Parts: sequence; C-alpha cells; structure tokens
Amino acid sequence: MQDIVLLGLNHKTAPVEVRECLAFSKDEAGAVLETIQHHPAIREAILFSTCNRVEILLTAENRDYAAEAAKTCFSELKNIPASQFENNLYIYNGDDAVRHIFRVAASLDSMVVGEPQILGQIKEAYRIATLKKTSGVVLNRLLHKTFSVAKRIRTETGIGGHAVSISYAAIELGRKIFGTLEEKKVLLIGAGEMAELAVEHLIRNRAGDIFVANRTFERGIALARKFKGNPIRFEEIPDYMLLADIIISSTGSQGFVIRRDQVKAGMRGRKNRPLFFIDIAVPRDIDPGINRIPNAYLYDIDDLKSVIDENIEDRQREAVKGERIVDEAVISFRQWYESLDAVPTIVALRKKMDAIAKAEIRKTMNSLPHFSDEDSQALCRMTDALINKILHDPTLFLKNNGFHGNKTLYLDMTRKLFKLDES
Amino acid sequence: MELIIITVVLYMLSTAGYLAYLFFQKNYLHEAGCCLLAVGFCCHSAIIAYGFAKAGTFPVHNLHETLSLAGWALSGAFLAFQYQFNLRILGIYAAPLATVIMIVSSRLPKEPVLAKTVFNNFWLIFHVIVIFMGEAAFALACGVGFLYLIQESSIKSKNHGFFFRRLPSLELLDSTGYACIISGFALLTLGLISGFLYAKLIWGKLWTWDPKEVWSGITWMLYAALIHGRLALGWRGRKAAIVSVIGFTVLLFTFFGVNFLLKGHHGEFTKW
Repeated sequence: MQDIVLLGLNHKTAPVEVRECLAFSKDEAGAVLETIQHHPAIREAILFSTCNRVEILLTAENRDYAAEAAKTCFSELKNIPASQFENNLYIYNGDDAVRHIFRVAASLDSMVVGEPQILGQIKEAYRIATLKKTSGVVLNRLLHKTFSVAKRIRTETGIGGHAVSISYAAIELGRKIFGTLEEKKVLLIGAGEMAELAVEHLIRNRAGDIFVANRTFERGIALARKFKGNPIRFEEIPDYMLLADIIISSTGSQGFVIRRDQVKAGMRGRKNRPLFFIDIAVPRDIDPGINRIPNAYLYDIDDLKSVIDENIEDRQREAVKGERIVDEAVISFRQWYESLDAVPTIVALRKKMDAIAKAEIRKTMNSLPHFSDEDSQALCRMTDALINKILHDPTLFLKNNGFHGNKTLYLDMTRKLFKLDES
Repeated sequence: MELIIITVVLYMLSTAGYLAYLFFQKNYLHEAGCCLLAVGFCCHSAIIAYGFAKAGTFPVHNLHETLSLAGWALSGAFLAFQYQFNLRILGIYAAPLATVIMIVSSRLPKEPVLAKTVFNNFWLIFHVIVIFMGEAAFALACGVGFLYLIQESSIKSKNHGFFFRRLPSLELLDSTGYACIISGFALLTLGLISGFLYAKLIWGKLWTWDPKEVWSGITWMLYAALIHGRLALGWRGRKAAIVSVIGFTVLLFTFFGVNFLLKGHHGEFTKW
C-alpha cells in the first residue's frame, strides 16, 4: 500500500526569508517534478508554491525515503543547504496529509482565512503536474476531491463572505448605500496606497467618472492618468462635491479638508442624493460632524477597521463549519483509498459475480419447476466453479506483482471496469 | 368558511417561511414563503369572489368583510411589488400583517349589516377596489420606510448588527418606497374621484364635508406634499421614510378612526 506524504512549510512555520528562498516559479516547479519523478521511492507528485507556502504532495512506497528525496531535491534545485529550512518543515502522512491539503485549498490554513486566490493556485499546480504526468490515480482523485471540498466549503459556509481589507470594506459599504456602484462618480483627494486600492476596486465595479484632487496639481495629473480620470484643483473640491457620489480622502493635511457646513450647503444642490465619504487619512481629513447630515455617510479609518474586525471574527466562526466538512471529506477519501488495495478489490469482485450468478439461477429455476433440490444444488455448484475459474487469473494478477510497479493503476482500472465502487 | 381557515393557515405558514428566511438567509425559504402567500392569495380571492357573487357587489358590508378585503389587497400588492422589485425581505412585514388582519377579520361576526343607501353601481365598485389597492400600496410604503430607517441607522451608527447584512441597500429601499407611494397616490386619487362621482350620482353633491371625505383629503394632501417635496426639493432617504410612516398612520385613522370615533356615511362598512 502506498503512502500519501505531504512535506512543506508555510507562513506559520517559516519566516519570509526562508519562504522566498524556496519559492518556485512555474518553470522551476516543472523542473522539480521532473527530477523527483525519476526517484525510485516516489510514484506521484504535485508541487504547490505561493508566497505563503511551498508544499509537495507525494505518494510513495516508503514515506521516509520520499521525504528525504524531496528535501534533497529542494536544496539542490534552489542551491541552499537543507539545514537552512529543515527545521521549518512539516511532514504529514495519510489522513493528516489529506486533511492538510483540503484545509489549504479551502483557505482554512491561509493567513487571511477565506481568501479566494489559493484554490486557483492549487488548480494551476495540478495543471503543471498533469502536463508533466506526475499525477496518477491517487493524486488525481485526491485533487478532484480537494476542489469539490473547497467549493462546498465556500458555498455552504460564510468563510469567504464579507470584506477583510480596508478597501474592500469600503466597497461593501458603498454597495449597502448605493445598491450598485455602476456609474457612481468618485472623487479622490490626496494619494496613498489604501485610497488608490479602493479606487481600483471601484473601477473594477464599473464606477463612473474619477476625479483626482491633489495639493500639487502635477501629482494629481499623474494619478488621474493612472485611473483614466480627470485632475481637478484643490480649490475646486466644493464644486465637485455636487457631482461625486463617493469621496475618498487621504491627504497629509493637519486640519479638515472638507467641513460640515460645506457639505450641508452642497446637499441641497445635489438634491440630497446620497454621498459617501471614506476618510483614510490620519489625522482625519473630513469633519466627523458630516455623518450627522441626512443622506451623507462618513466612515473613517477606525470605523472601517472595526468593520473588518467583526468580519474576521465572523469568518473564524464559519471556519469551524468548514473544518467539519473537511473531516467528512477525509473519511470518505480514506474509504476510497482503502478500497484501492488488492484484498478489498478481489472481495468486491467476487461479491458482484456471486450476486449476478444468484440472480440468474433464481430466474432459471422459476422456469424449471420439475428440477429437484438436488438438481438445483448441482446447478449452484456449477456456477460457483465457473466463477472460481473465471476469477482465478485476475485474482492471481492482483495479488502478486504482475503490475510492473503500478499497483494502484490496475486496482483502479479493475474497480472501474467492473463498476465496483457504485454498487 | 373553511376557505378562510385555509387562507389564514397559508398566510401563517408564509409568515413562518419569511421569518426563517430572515434568520437563515436561505433562498428556498423565501421562495416557500412567497409561494405560500401566493396560494393563500388565490384562496383569499376565491372568498372575495364568492362574497361578490352572493351579494352582487363587493363584500364590504361589515368590518369582517372590509378587513378581509384589506388583507387581500395587501397580499396582492406585496406579490406585485415583490415581482417588480424583488425586495424579498419585505415579506417579514407584509406576510405577518396580512395574517394578523385575516385573523382579526375571521374572529368578527359575519352577518352583513345592509346599508340602506348603497346602490350597486360601476363607480362604487371601482371606488372600493381602487381605494383598497391604494391603501395596500401605502401600507407597503410604510413597511419599506421602517426597513429604511433600520438600515440607515445601522449604517450611520456604524454598528453593523443583525439587520445590516439582511437588509438590502438604502437605494433599493428608497426607490421601492417611492414606487409604492407613487402607485398608492395614483390609486388614491382615482379612488377619490370615483367616490366624488358616485356621491354626485347618489346624493347630487360632490363634497359633503363628511369626516371621511375631510380625512381622505388630508391624507391625499400629505402624500401629495411628500411627492412634491421629493421631486422639487429632493426629500429622500430618512425624511421620505418618516413621512411614509406618518402618512400610513393618518391613513389608518381615516380608515378606522373616522368610522369608530366620528360619524359619517362610511360608517356601515365597518359595523360589527
């Protein structure tokens, strides 16, 4: 029986210095798989490499050899001594390895629980492995199960629900106010990573015109070009307040850039259409009193942070449900995996034949009422003998090593050929 | 008789479905609630049709029948708005309200108190049906207004609790509320005009300073002011939501208060 082995390191066990030394590009990942494929101890292999983790999933006759081989391969290809990362490695076998890969794909093991990219990265890793033909019966089945588990967890739990970054939280709030962000006009005041990220999210949600105001007009022009927006002068902000629906402010100003009386006067001009202020600056740019004006909504950085904290707690609660789904999936995978041994396969094959013979005998007997008990017993003996003869060679083949090393392939083939898994 | 019980039970089940939807946010719960309400509405229509066939006119001869018609109009209006705007969560307001109206209605005595001066006439039938539909639309506007106020306060207070996630966007609530007000207002206007025409035919006078007429006029003006304010001055959001709630309270007074507390020629419709 082969072992499933998972060896790797992630953001919890290894600092970034170690992770970046071991990060594999797509081409390098292909090279690792090619090298490791030729190792006698290893049957199948898939390599996952993202910025937060490097992991290799193997099936092998001897797990210790396999782990050792993988370690050597890493250190040779990356040209660093194994001692440098050995202490950061974890090695899982059997059910633990299966559970780990399920948890990783479902983003239960991620730095930000529920982040959606990891599943795509695993799919890509699997694609490389299929191209290099290093994924076989066991890992194919395991990975397909992994994708379905991850999908199920995403749809059945709220693990991916609700924003956990400042800019996404702002977008979500915008949706609760405006319904859709389509064609909503955005005014960006100042610059900064978070503010620009929020504008990018808005553009992706098909926001309308983008206006950019900056104290140095040249800077504003550059930023406006980046978003395909219109630069405006700082003094023009009150005029554009009539037009914009979402105002994001992130300047280094000491005093308020937008005051309550300005907005109060502006609301009449915009016929009270809702206006959403996002203040990412510290010290704050926007007068907090604005939140008291009807149809004006103001969130500052602390408000957004507390929204995120709530959402993170929510995701953690949902993750517990995800763990339960993972446990279920591990058990069902184990059942399949255990069936992929010679003895259970032979037993299942025999059972199926016996059932067919019994059914056919019953049918025949119904049309032969003049048969005595003795006659019918003879008939049964005959079918038993027939089954024994038919199954003799396949049984021998499956029990002994007529496989040329690839036992799981033949067992899987047998199970498929006789439809043993569905009855 | 049995149909009333079936209707009440269907409305109750629909309410349960919508409450479950509120808590568990599963689509099939909302679908179940909506279907149950639709089936209940069909049963309810059968009751009204039967009453119509028996009396030869709209069955509004006592409080039992009048309330039943109001409940029927409410669930009909909700189904129509649900179809148009897909504002599912409004079911947690409409379904229980229809249920309560029907329960109260079914507990009231059923002997018709025949009105002396009521003549069967196209304008009367038109008047009754249009007024009830308009009132149902205003009832929905009030419900949407409540939902808006809840959602607005959770966004403003930055305290995102139970309702924040379950209620739709302010924009959707606001525009649905406005649609309810507009359609309610159009129906109310038609209803008042047909009422005047009927009065002219029967009593020879358009306007008799009957308390019902006066209060209907007040209600009409209140909603007219709300629509004017929105179009001309941009009264929207919180203000509009509050006025829809106030408008509906005035409407309720016009509907019940006038009949019970003041005297007028609509009194016999709510006798019991």
